Amino acid sequence: MQTGNWPPGLARVPYWVFQRPDIYELERERLFQGPHWHYLCLEVDVAAPGDYRTTFVGETPIIVTRDDDGELYAFENRCAHRGALLAYDECGKSRKGFTCIYHAWSYNLQGDLTGVAFEQGVNGRGGMNPSFRKAEHGPRKLRLATLHGLVFGSFSNDVPSIEEYLGETILAHMARVFGGRKPVVLGRFDQMLPNNWKLYAENVKDSYHASILHLFFTTFELNRLSQRGAIVVNENGGSHVSYSALDGPGSASTDYEREQLRSQSQYQLADPSLLEGFDEFDDGITLQIVSVFPGFVLQQIRNSIAVRQILPRGPGQTQLNWTYLGFAGDTPEQQQIRLKQSNLMGPAGYISMEDGCVGGFVQRGIVGAPNEQAVLEMGGVTAESSESRTTEASVRGFWKAYRAAMGL
Amino acid sequence: MENPAVRDAIIQAQAAYAHCIDEGRLEEWPNFFVEDDCHYKITTARNHRQNLPAGVMWANSRGMLLDRVTSLRQANIYEPQSYRHILGQPLIVSEAGDGVRTETSFIVVRTVNDGPMDLFAVGRYLDLYRVQGTAVKLRERIVVCDSSRIDTLLAIPL
Repeated sequence: MQTGNWPPGLARVPYWVFQRPDIYELERERLFQGPHWHYLCLEVDVAAPGDYRTTFVGETPIIVTRDDDGELYAFENRCAHRGALLAYDECGKSRKGFTCIYHAWSYNLQGDLTGVAFEQGVNGRGGMNPSFRKAEHGPRKLRLATLHGLVFGSFSNDVPSIEEYLGETILAHMARVFGGRKPVVLGRFDQMLPNNWKLYAENVKDSYHASILHLFFTTFELNRLSQRGAIVVNENGGSHVSYSALDGPGSASTDYEREQLRSQSQYQLADPSLLEGFDEFDDGITLQIVSVFPGFVLQQIRNSIAVRQILPRGPGQTQLNWTYLGFAGDTPEQQQIRLKQSNLMGPAGYISMEDGCVGGFVQRGIVGAPNEQAVLEMGGVTAESSESRTTEASVRGFWKAYRAAMGL
Repeated sequence: MENPAVRDAIIQAQAAYAHCIDEGRLEEWPNFFVEDDCHYKITTARNHRQNLPAGVMWANSRGMLLDRVTSLRQANIYEPQSYRHILGQPLIVSEAGDGVRTETSFIVVRTVNDGPMDLFAVGRYLDLYRVQGTAVKLRERIVVCDSSRIDTLLAIPL
């Protein structure tokens, strides 16, 4: 493969990596079917035996099921006969498994081929070739890992354990959000982004842009408190956590109200209850973004919790699936706060809508410049953790993991 | 419906709402809602069917609607764009006291930067109007989009 002009190090990214169809094909093989973990769904989506949910790894359609043994299984949503989808709805319940509508080949909930229509022929004529063995055919199966009610899958048996894949710090910051609680889905929204999926993956890890592109907090002068925070990049570079906290645990809502009263801003919220949250985490962290290589994001912004699944849809298009979460045991008032604060995020989010268009601006900007390069030197040229959030270290970390995985 | 004047008032109010947004007079948009205790939400048919309560926009006060407009004008960054709403006839679903529930289909074409025109949203308004004489205001508007997909971003309210 012609890899063009990608200099060593992490501080330059050639634009062809966002454009070339052959790179996109290689990603399918080395990332999406390689030794990496991909977010599939929530455990509560497949809570009872017979429940199934359809999802994707990259562009590959997947079925996640729970069988009668109580265990989760995942396999390609593809009949082993002629390749048709086995399930074409988003979710459902099937105690018997799946039967392809095309020629009625059937599968159990673990994805094993169990029946072939007219396998022995009709009236002694026809039937499958004598050498055909059902056990030798079936959709490819995924290895699974669950973490705090999240289900991850991988086509590869060489993928390390999810704990090793993420590292201790990322794990701790994920555990912090869930805290042993059972997630409850509050809503799902799918956002189509007019750009290569890696531009969104970069954007999620890019804390340098946050206060520059997203002006909501600045405009309403809601962001003036001195904040402590950090960016942690895991060892392979691909996963990261970025967080910021108010000084002093538990001071979130009252400090912000006080701040609002003192504000000399030209603009004030007519309804400041948007930011009147409840103290959920007892550590003062008001914003935390975790990303897991290559395409998973866990977000906590005040009391707004969501997971995001980044799915490529061709070299120039991405589907971003948002799942807004609450937790079992939330009071009605707490759930209402989450719904209110979900205005901050999502396709219409006060501090996220710009991310929907900025990747497209890059995709359009670089169209005639495949051999030019992005410059990633803010905060140095390495992918090390840092207390400053004015850094592109976690973006460089993404490229460190990407180049290693892709062999580029 | 017993009083055709109320029906006419609702038709007129819905046309005025669409006109207000399509002509870019967002500052007037909150005035279509009652002052106290109004609710506005944009969601999808899938969420609505599954009783999932979240919206991409979610407001339970007129202040939150005003804040949405201020943010769009002063804080948020997006390419210049406009909507054109095409509305169906309101179906009067029920009447109780001073409240009238209606359901109205809509199609919204979005034009971005004087260039591409796209079918941006198709769905229905589930409205609850407060009727005082022949003056009608929205107590609640749930915007249910038929598709779960939102292209690029949703800045201007539907």
